[in-house]
Amino acid sequence: MDNPIGKSVPRKEGRKKVTGQALYIDDLSFPEMLHGATVRSPRPRGRIKNINFGGNIPWDEFTVVTAKDVPGANYVALILNDQPYLAEGFVNHAEEPVLLIAHRDKYLVEEARRNIAIEIEEQPAVFTLEESLAKKEIVWGEDNVFKKFLVDKGNVDEAWATADFIVEGEYETGAQEQLYIENNGAIAVANPAEGVTVWGSMQCPYYVHKALVKLFDLPDEKIRIIQTETGGGFGGKEEYPSLIAGHAALLAWKSGKPVKIIYDRAEDMAATTKRHPSRTRHKTAVSKDGKLLAMEIDFTIDGGAYCTLSPVVLSRGTIHAAGPYFCPNVRIHSRAVATNVPPHGAFRGFGAPQSIFAQERHMDQVARVVSLTPEEFRRRNFIREGETTATSQVIHERVDMNGLLDRALQLSDYHAKRERFALANSANGNRPFRKKRGIGFATFMHGAGFTGSGEVYLQSVVSAEATIDGQVQILAASTEIGQGTNTIFSQIASEALGVDFDTIEIVQPDTGRVPNSGPTVASRTSMVVGKLVESAVTALKQTLIGAGLLADGYTASGFRAACRDYVTRFGPLKASATYQPPPNIYWDDDKYQGDAYGAYAWAVYVAEVSYDELTYEARVEDFVALQEVGRVLNPVLAAGQIEGGVAQAIGFTLFENVVWKDGRMINNQMTNYIIPTPVDIPPIRVYFEENPYAYGPGGAKGIGELPMDGAAPAILNAIENATGTSFTHVPLMPELLMERHEQERSLVQG
Amino acid sequence: MRAYIPSYQLTTPTSLADVLSLLANEPGIWKPFAGGTDLMVLLEAGRLDHRNYVNIWQLAELRGIEVNNDHVTLGALTTYTDVQTHPVLRTEFPMLCQAAGETGGLAVQNRGTLGGNIVNASPAADSPPALLAYDAEVELVSTQGSRWLPYQGFHTGYKQMLIRPDELLTRIRLPRNTTGATHYYRKVGTRKAQAISKVCFAGVARTNSGHVGDVRIAVGSVAPIVVRCVQTENALKDQSPDAATVKSAQATLRREISPIDDIRSTANYRLQVALNLLADFVATLKS
Amino acid sequence: MNKSEVSFKVNGRQHRVEVFPMARLLDVLREELQLTGTKEGCGEGECGACTVNIDGRIVNSCLVPVAQVDGSEITTIEGVAGEAELHAVQQAFIEHGGAQCGICTPGMVLAAIDLLERNPKPTEADIRTALAGNLCRCTGYMKIFESVVKAIE
Repeated sequence: MDNPIGKSVPRKEGRKKVTGQALYIDDLSFPEMLHGATVRSPRPRGRIKNINFGGNIPWDEFTVVTAKDVPGANYVALILNDQPYLAEGFVNHAEEPVLLIAHRDKYLVEEARRNIAIEIEEQPAVFTLEESLAKKEIVWGEDNVFKKFLVDKGNVDEAWATADFIVEGEYETGAQEQLYIENNGAIAVANPAEGVTVWGSMQCPYYVHKALVKLFDLPDEKIRIIQTETGGGFGGKEEYPSLIAGHAALLAWKSGKPVKIIYDRAEDMAATTKRHPSRTRHKTAVSKDGKLLAMEIDFTIDGGAYCTLSPVVLSRGTIHAAGPYFCPNVRIHSRAVATNVPPHGAFRGFGAPQSIFAQERHMDQVARVVSLTPEEFRRRNFIREGETTATSQVIHERVDMNGLLDRALQLSDYHAKRERFALANSANGNRPFRKKRGIGFATFMHGAGFTGSGEVYLQSVVSAEATIDGQVQILAASTEIGQGTNTIFSQIASEALGVDFDTIEIVQPDTGRVPNSGPTVASRTSMVVGKLVESAVTALKQTLIGAGLLADGYTASGFRAACRDYVTRFGPLKASATYQPPPNIYWDDDKYQGDAYGAYAWAVYVAEVSYDELTYEARVEDFVALQEVGRVLNPVLAAGQIEGGVAQAIGFTLFENVVWKDGRMINNQMTNYIIPTPVDIPPIRVYFEENPYAYGPGGAKGIGELPMDGAAPAILNAIENATGTSFTHVPLMPELLMERHEQERSLVQG
Repeated sequence: MRAYIPSYQLTTPTSLADVLSLLANEPGIWKPFAGGTDLMVLLEAGRLDHRNYVNIWQLAELRGIEVNNDHVTLGALTTYTDVQTHPVLRTEFPMLCQAAGETGGLAVQNRGTLGGNIVNASPAADSPPALLAYDAEVELVSTQGSRWLPYQGFHTGYKQMLIRPDELLTRIRLPRNTTGATHYYRKVGTRKAQAISKVCFAGVARTNSGHVGDVRIAVGSVAPIVVRCVQTENALKDQSPDAATVKSAQATLRREISPIDDIRSTANYRLQVALNLLADFVATLKS
Repeated sequence: MNKSEVSFKVNGRQHRVEVFPMARLLDVLREELQLTGTKEGCGEGECGACTVNIDGRIVNSCLVPVAQVDGSEITTIEGVAGEAELHAVQQAFIEHGGAQCGICTPGMVLAAIDLLERNPKPTEADIRTALAGNLCRCTGYMKIFESVVKAIE
């Protein structure tokens, strides 16, 4: 195919998926395999007093693993290494793993688990970020704080005096469950002689590798991690798999048999990571002609019982907190705090959806105070090329937020609808309850790749190898989790080489085979790793040219012949590419200042809502998602990412409410944790613009997380437009809408 | 999946007579198992305490919908899909069809049965409010004979019903008296499909010269059983459907229902929405 | 409880298995018959990943005890494609983005095929209603609807 980049090339592994032939972890079975299960703490905090093995269970047939059986170090190697694989004497959250059991009979394992009683001598626990901040109980470290950041630009303190208006607001977001339709699972084979091999559903094989090296105290080459077809991740399988993989491996190590652990939905929802709940406080100084003079932002996230990735989530949330605007004075205090709930973790957006929700809701409030429309107020403050962000990063690309806003408002018929709705909302119908309508929007940006020097630190590597049959294999640790990795890499490689799409093979991510191209997170796979794919295959091509086997204007079959030739005569034909940072990226980790991201995607999302006065339900009726993304590598896949992310964000806003009791999620069933069905989703209309990013393959920027950021504030802005009421919390459930509505009605009626 | 499968029995007698004999010989030991859409959910959650089930899915005697001049009679194994596709039900009992269409997705509707729904006795079930408003009757059969009971009053408390351990619910009968009536059914759930209801309202009424005539109202998810709101009906009967009537009917409804806070919603929300649904229902009677 | 014999056809082939009568049909398909194309997403009849067709109707196989399929004819995802080529719905899903991670896809495909067999010219509302029992977390459903529309063409 000529120039596959930019075309909707069909999904590389599509055929396997639509015929049921794709193999997910639970589809695999090994001879003599045991089924494993995790026995968990029933209470949120306290000392493990007793473990009772009861019932009529043949316990001598079981493999039982506790913390004492850990060959190496009993912690999940990540950032602070504070999370044990198995609790040793003390638990810090409900569902915390205490012991592991395995048996050949899958049904008996569940029965056995039910008959193990863990007795906890309870200690006072902390369940919300407010309680944690209040420090009435210290449950982690010296002060419950995992991490803090301070961003300080200009001089915020002096700016208050110059303000015509000062506007304050407080905004909150709740936990959200990733709810990949395939639950977490792993199969391990492990013994001291050969080492450890784990197959599993995961996003980051090398994270699991790093963790198991420490757990077993084995050298790198004795741990092998293989990603199986993965049924969704969204961040929920970024760091969590290290835990389940280690558990399966510990059981395999002790029993001498392969062990499979598959969570059922109730366990996965209750025990694994969720999006960090957040609280953001804004204080904004603005001039009477609507110019932002100062922003003081206080951002707190609830990290749960152990540190895991909270510092990085906090980082991204902090950096995105001030939005796509220019403001000369910005101060952001942020912190991640500990509570006694299962640790929160990565979920698409990774802190940004939380802080952007607050920012974009707040902007509508500030607009009202200065008597400007939400649109006009933003126009007066959008950042432009040459201006600096909150971290004092100079924007070096052509940014046209005004143009994007124009187009998004036109595509959504915003002005006409706003007028029409205002009239219709005040008219009386012949039924006692009206359906009111509203329309609102959010403007935002999302940085792609790891923050600051993160990508340099990762030192990602991709290899390409040509086979004797003239196929080109791409070896990378980047995983296909539905987002299109396999297809995008194949497009990039086939374009760079001038060969057919089918010539490219993506090798299954297996740490025994592929180099570490970094984790499949942070909207980096196409932009950062895709670029390495391009470089690696280009190096392969150069080798062939250098060997005199390939000349200008070669054909696809000529290329294959050259590979055959080379391999026959000289042996393996392999090339690698290692990450090189773009020039002029400077980041100061201490001051939290400088070039936070190499590239930003820019977006405007518009939500049209209806509000039913009878049931107090808000519903999204139409959604426009417009974004500038550098280059659209595959239109169908790209639109699919946006549509899927918007749907998850609609869930985040109006449907997905985690119900907590004593630090445990009690609505841990799909019946009671509600995501949108096909009849709940509005038309999601996706549009792209392209301002090529020089360092992305074909000019592409990352887009995986972007669609998670804009829906929540756009929807609540629309609800405010429809009802006149400002809400500051998501998820926004009908029960809360009812309470406010009835409260306001009784005030009006006196 | 939390159940210890080997500990469950599911026996499949070939005839209705054999099923009834089993229920008679070992009363309380065996419970009937129909489409499984409720029982299997409990099983998988590790909460299906009863162990011995008698399969009735294969009994042709319990299927089919019969129509005569006075009644429509549905076999207990009538599925939600069967309900939605029957022409007489669509015309004369639209609330039952609407309820069936809002129970789970199509895969659940193909297996869930009316009989199963009734004896599962969830106060949040979708069809019972419609059945109550349509004055349904249920037939209970045992080796000792058969009897018809009004569905109103069948449920006596949370998961308590007027059915003996040796009895099987075999048919449901609806009187064909809905011509010219206004039917109003609204299920308010957690989302638009596949949702457990927070409030479920079924109302059917006729008007005589601008006044409310015969009226029947049933509300689900606001009490331990689905409630046939007889006092509220009385507050509406013979009244003009105006604001004053709505106010007085709402005050009565407040006393007839007792919603609670639970994992899905709050007592306040359920109460307020139920009152709103009543007002909206009465408004439809104005025209 | 002892195991008992259950006989049924899957994708045109007769099977006889010795299983616990209350065993989920989902598990019997995946483990006894090694037909792993049907997936478990929730184990509570909410997500539709376990959708199969029994005697002409789609059902959630996680909610069916195997004893109840004695004498039935079942179609799973493995029985959908023709000898030489994929079903139009499968082909459309590949080309138009109906499948991303693929875990909901077998159930979606079966539900979509069932719809088109009952209603060859569905409206968008018909498509949404027919698929309401199949949850997807990746696509936001848009491209699933488009794939069904394209399959009709």
